[in-house]
Amino acid sequence: MATQHQRSLARLMVAPSVILLFAWMIVPLAMTLWFSFQRYNLLDPTQTGFAGFINYTYFLGDPGFWTALWNTLLLVGGVLAVTVAGGIALALLIDQPIWGQGVVRILVIAPFLVMPTVSALVWKNMLMNPTNGLFAYAAQSLGFQPIDFLAEIPLLSIIIIVAWQWLPFATLILLTSLQSLDSEQMEAAEMDGASAWSRFRFLILPHLNRAITVVILIETIFLLNVFAEILVTTNGGPGYESTNLTYLVYSLALLQFDVGGASAGGIVAVILANIVALFLMRGIGKALD
Amino acid sequence: MGSITLQGVRKVFGDVEVIPGADLQIENGEFVVFVGPSGCGKSTLLRLIAGLEDVTSGRVLIDGRDVTQAPPARRGLAMVFQSYALYPHMTVRKNISFPLRMAGMDAAEQARRVDHAAGILNLTPYLDRRPGQLSGGQRQRVAIGRAIVREPSAFLFDEPLSNLDAALRVNMRVEISELHNKLKTTMVYVTHDQVEAMTMADKIVVLRAGRVEQVGSPLDLYRSPANRFVAGFIGSPNMNFIEGEAAARMGAHAIGVRPEHWNLSTTDGAFAGRVGVAEHLGSDTFLHVDLDGGTHVIARAAGEIPVDHGDRIWLTPQDGRIYRFGADGLAA
Repeated sequence: MATQHQRSLARLMVAPSVILLFAWMIVPLAMTLWFSFQRYNLLDPTQTGFAGFINYTYFLGDPGFWTALWNTLLLVGGVLAVTVAGGIALALLIDQPIWGQGVVRILVIAPFLVMPTVSALVWKNMLMNPTNGLFAYAAQSLGFQPIDFLAEIPLLSIIIIVAWQWLPFATLILLTSLQSLDSEQMEAAEMDGASAWSRFRFLILPHLNRAITVVILIETIFLLNVFAEILVTTNGGPGYESTNLTYLVYSLALLQFDVGGASAGGIVAVILANIVALFLMRGIGKALD
Repeated sequence: MGSITLQGVRKVFGDVEVIPGADLQIENGEFVVFVGPSGCGKSTLLRLIAGLEDVTSGRVLIDGRDVTQAPPARRGLAMVFQSYALYPHMTVRKNISFPLRMAGMDAAEQARRVDHAAGILNLTPYLDRRPGQLSGGQRQRVAIGRAIVREPSAFLFDEPLSNLDAALRVNMRVEISELHNKLKTTMVYVTHDQVEAMTMADKIVVLRAGRVEQVGSPLDLYRSPANRFVAGFIGSPNMNFIEGEAAARMGAHAIGVRPEHWNLSTTDGAFAGRVGVAEHLGSDTFLHVDLDGGTHVIARAAGEIPVDHGDRIWLTPQDGRIYRFGADGLAA
């Protein structure tokens, strides 16, 4: 164990980075908080001064707010469900000894390396486009009416796109966890008469518990802020059907030039993110027990 | 019931022949120990019996039934692994009842069997703990408990004591032997420790490079080893081998004398030498002697004898305790 002297030295050495990180977080947060209580519209510089809670009531009363909130949760939940389930399946598959294992693994990781804007464009124009897209072509060649994905099922389409991007991440984390599973345990279970499903249910899944928690935690942080995919594909539409909170804040600030209202939206998003984080942390506390 | 028969069992990994062909008969209720140096294929042989490895050619029979192609669960065997292979997220109770649960046994019968096994193994106070909260010896007992509840036709042990400290190893050795006396079920036990083999086995199978060198009771192997390898492997400290003129005089390529079969004298005898290291244990004295011919031998004397480093000593093999080996290593 470290001595008193070592510990205070350690604190001293860590202090600069802690202070920097703290300032990095607190300054923008304080500014946003400040703006959220100000009348501040870029189109009308005459409006200034303290606004009270007007910006908040305005944001929470926005016709898109509840839809955006619901869409945010659907988007996060949907992508999590797809990536965790798909990630486990893929990890189990590529954990098998097969020819060309290295190449397969690199191919699986590839989507994660593509920029969100680029992959969203590829999905929009090459796959989901109702006239030129591959899906439309496939549907037509089978005699079906092609679906206009981004117009008819915009949120689901965005969930598909984002899930495609995050699947490699989940797969990678789950694969490393899978590889740390003691092979003698699996053999013992085999001798104990456990079927493949039972081995998965009673050994692999509990073993993956921690890795799944990590995947959920990290993905949630990023998925609350999905933006590029929406901007590139649907612009939040039709109506508010694919608008999430991040996009709503963006449309307030940059499409309607209402900095005060957007700041209030930002603060609301921060509060919501913290509520989600609270639930996640509780979940993790249990999983890491 | 639990007789196991191996007929010409061969195992090849890639282009390495690990088991060139083993024939073996294990009778019901026997305690059989596979012993040999590391890498001799003893664990592989056990895993072939368990069904965790596929047999390349040959047949495995359990109670006369050909199980060569049967999956591990269908063979009616239970195995205790070197790492214990307990399920870390399950309590001791759930670990032990896991095979019963997989067999779809009803809960009351499961609980009855688990309690019975826990009673035998002194695990009752620990049933609600997780493996991580147990000591090495307790984990070992849980692993054995998980094997017992299935009431298998035979138990397979894969170096189960190698992760325990010396004192605990001796205790568990006795416990496993007592368990065998109590259950009277066939046990196949793999170890590299010849002391474990000698103390526990009804029948020892000595393996070298995948070949069965000799099969017999511990004292059979001690008294009449078939070749120089078995002679050197069984017995502690190892048998002393003397080659050259002294051996030729007795009509052999090499002669072997166990450390405990020397008569020691400070005045005269068959071989003269100088004491290198003298280990005085009180009950025994082990002398490392450099014979004048250049051979290094170990001699054991009962009790205390007053010799020390550098002293001259004469060693004489006891009558009828000299083993003769030909140039091919076989006992003559």
